Amino acid sequence: MVRGACTLTAERADTDRVLDALPGLWQGFSATLIRDCRLRFRRRSELANPLIFFALVVTLFPLGLAPDSTLLSGIAPGLLWVAALLAVLLSLDGLFRDDFDDGTLEQLLLAPQPAGVLVLAKIVAHWLTTGLPLALASPLLGIMLSLPGHSMGILMSTLLLGSATLSLVGAIGAALTVGLRRGGVLLSLLILPLYTPVLIFGAGTVRLAVEGAPLAPWLALMGAMLALSLLAAPWAAAAALKLSLDG
Amino acid sequence: MWPIIHKLGSPKWFYTMSGRWLPFLWGIGALLITVGSLWGLAFAPPDYQQGDSFRIIYVHVPAAIVAQSCFAMMALCSLIFLVWRIKLADMAAGAAAPLGAAMTFGALFSGAIWGVPTWGTWWVWDARLTSMLLLLFIYLGIMALRGAFASRDGGARAAAILTLVGVINLPIIKYSVVWWNTLHQGATFSITEKPAMPMSMWLPLLIMVLGFYLLFAAVTVARTRNEIIRRQPSARWVRALAKGGRHGL
Amino acid sequence: MQLDTLKLGCERDERWLFSDLDWQIRSGELWRIEGPNGSGKTTLLRILSGQMADYTGTLLWQGEPLARCREAFMASMLYIGHRPGIKKALTALENLDWYQAMSAFEKRRGVRRDACFQALAEVGLAGFEETPVENLSAGQQRRVALARLALGHQRLWILDEPFTAIDRAGVRQLEGWMMAHCRAGGSVVVTSHHDSGELLPSSGVLKNLRFDGQGGVHVDC
Repeated sequence: MVRGACTLTAERADTDRVLDALPGLWQGFSATLIRDCRLRFRRRSELANPLIFFALVVTLFPLGLAPDSTLLSGIAPGLLWVAALLAVLLSLDGLFRDDFDDGTLEQLLLAPQPAGVLVLAKIVAHWLTTGLPLALASPLLGIMLSLPGHSMGILMSTLLLGSATLSLVGAIGAALTVGLRRGGVLLSLLILPLYTPVLIFGAGTVRLAVEGAPLAPWLALMGAMLALSLLAAPWAAAAALKLSLDG
Repeated sequence: MWPIIHKLGSPKWFYTMSGRWLPFLWGIGALLITVGSLWGLAFAPPDYQQGDSFRIIYVHVPAAIVAQSCFAMMALCSLIFLVWRIKLADMAAGAAAPLGAAMTFGALFSGAIWGVPTWGTWWVWDARLTSMLLLLFIYLGIMALRGAFASRDGGARAAAILTLVGVINLPIIKYSVVWWNTLHQGATFSITEKPAMPMSMWLPLLIMVLGFYLLFAAVTVARTRNEIIRRQPSARWVRALAKGGRHGL
Repeated sequence: MQLDTLKLGCERDERWLFSDLDWQIRSGELWRIEGPNGSGKTTLLRILSGQMADYTGTLLWQGEPLARCREAFMASMLYIGHRPGIKKALTALENLDWYQAMSAFEKRRGVRRDACFQALAEVGLAGFEETPVENLSAGQQRRVALARLALGHQRLWILDEPFTAIDRAGVRQLEGWMMAHCRAGGSVVVTSHHDSGELLPSSGVLKNLRFDGQGGVHVDC
């Protein structure tokens, strides 16, 4: 071993000259993305939890109101959106917590790559395993709530766009509360007010689709919110993670 | 050298200077509010549609304006604190948060009272009321986050980040709520579309707004001064202050 | 290689952990940091490894302020803290592979993988590469983290109590690596509760930085 370390260090002296060529940005991003997806698939039961929660909440409403299909189809856009939003919110607490506990979060921020990029990789992995399945499953629940068939496509696409925004904005809250022992309720308190624009535009767009109104501007607005959060949220979350590790 | 000046010099300087301003802030603020309320409640003419009930505007509007300005001030302080690590900015932001929440609550409460004679109900999902409600939740979230950290520095920086995220989000929340409101309700009565006010009505309102600002500033400064003492109880100048009272400085 | 601190100080919640610390770390030096619990050893290591920005004074890496060369510094510094930084649900190989991807200049995945195999063999985990870390013993888990040292990309090692949960033979081995690393021109900064006898002082490379627990730091050469 001692000899091995010596030869490695000797090679290292040569690598000093190429320090400008740092370990690749994409290399770090994809490695983190793959690692996080792999971790989520190792815990398959947890993977299904947001979906089951989503379906359960949607089931509660007809039970609490009335099995009246006109009533249900009227509230379906808002109901599906609120349920999906809560499902995303519940999954957020675990976004950084495991990494915080076992120290890999600390190591992630110590990597030479910019922290925001690596945090973005983690957020993308989170979206791929929560927001995407929720969006794909939503038409099924839409049928159960007698949502008109022609609006299913819009329901799915607003959920695809919107849940990505929810993951991004939620990551800031998860990063701020990751160092706190009971961060869960506090996380909801911080994040839910910030979620209202996404909810309003998401559910509103589906409602307009049911009525057959033109939708392009509203979808564009949702895209704009996604673009803004894509630009700002990973950096804010990275800054919040740094302070959570300090405190 | 700079960090030392920032950390230790500033609070002392602020404490000394603000001690001189504070009586004026209190005095002028109280004077303006007295004049404004007397004028608004007793001498301004009643509204031709709403009668005397419109007079609640003299509390409602100043509270709402100060509530929103307070958030802008907190955001500015948070930025200064995060970029230049000036702790005084954090103390001011922390001192202002409960006041902002109280002002927001005051605006909501007076709005609800005003709603009874004008809309016939305590609460409508009016765009302004709803966005004020969300603002109140954001204030409460910031205060809760600050309190949740065991380390004061950690809580301060977390609150600062959340405040900055909130200030980016507030306009988006505001416009989305306006859009949502028009989509759902159509034209209802809106406070925004009042007929233009005669000068005898808006001049007292202006005085009240100024008075609220000054009182807000006075309370914030006083709370910041308390916080300075609380954080540096062992600093030499604080001990001198405790011994000699005001003459110590 | 050189890392300097100029008038370094750290204040936590109005209490100064240390202040005015002038300290030079050079190639071939092994620094041991001593002091009672809560005296600021870990905080110093976290500042030194660029994790905490909340300090006064300056940190210079190769003579340049750390903030201006963060990426180059991070690429040549390895930090192992109290928490091992190992994912228990992943295998030893997958864990190491992630670290390789983050720090290695090598673009080919196959070559990176081979290096991981070699490193795991060096810490005595040959045959356990594909075992999930949660099925390994505590000492073996710690060895997975230490296998990062054997990957050998970084010249400055910052190790916070690396001897916890390792057996006597493992301690000897780790000490051997640290000495070899220093002899080959690297540097090591380490905190440890171990008696000084464990770290071979006879070699002459060992230096001490002592916290007296009252806000003072002493450099013994």
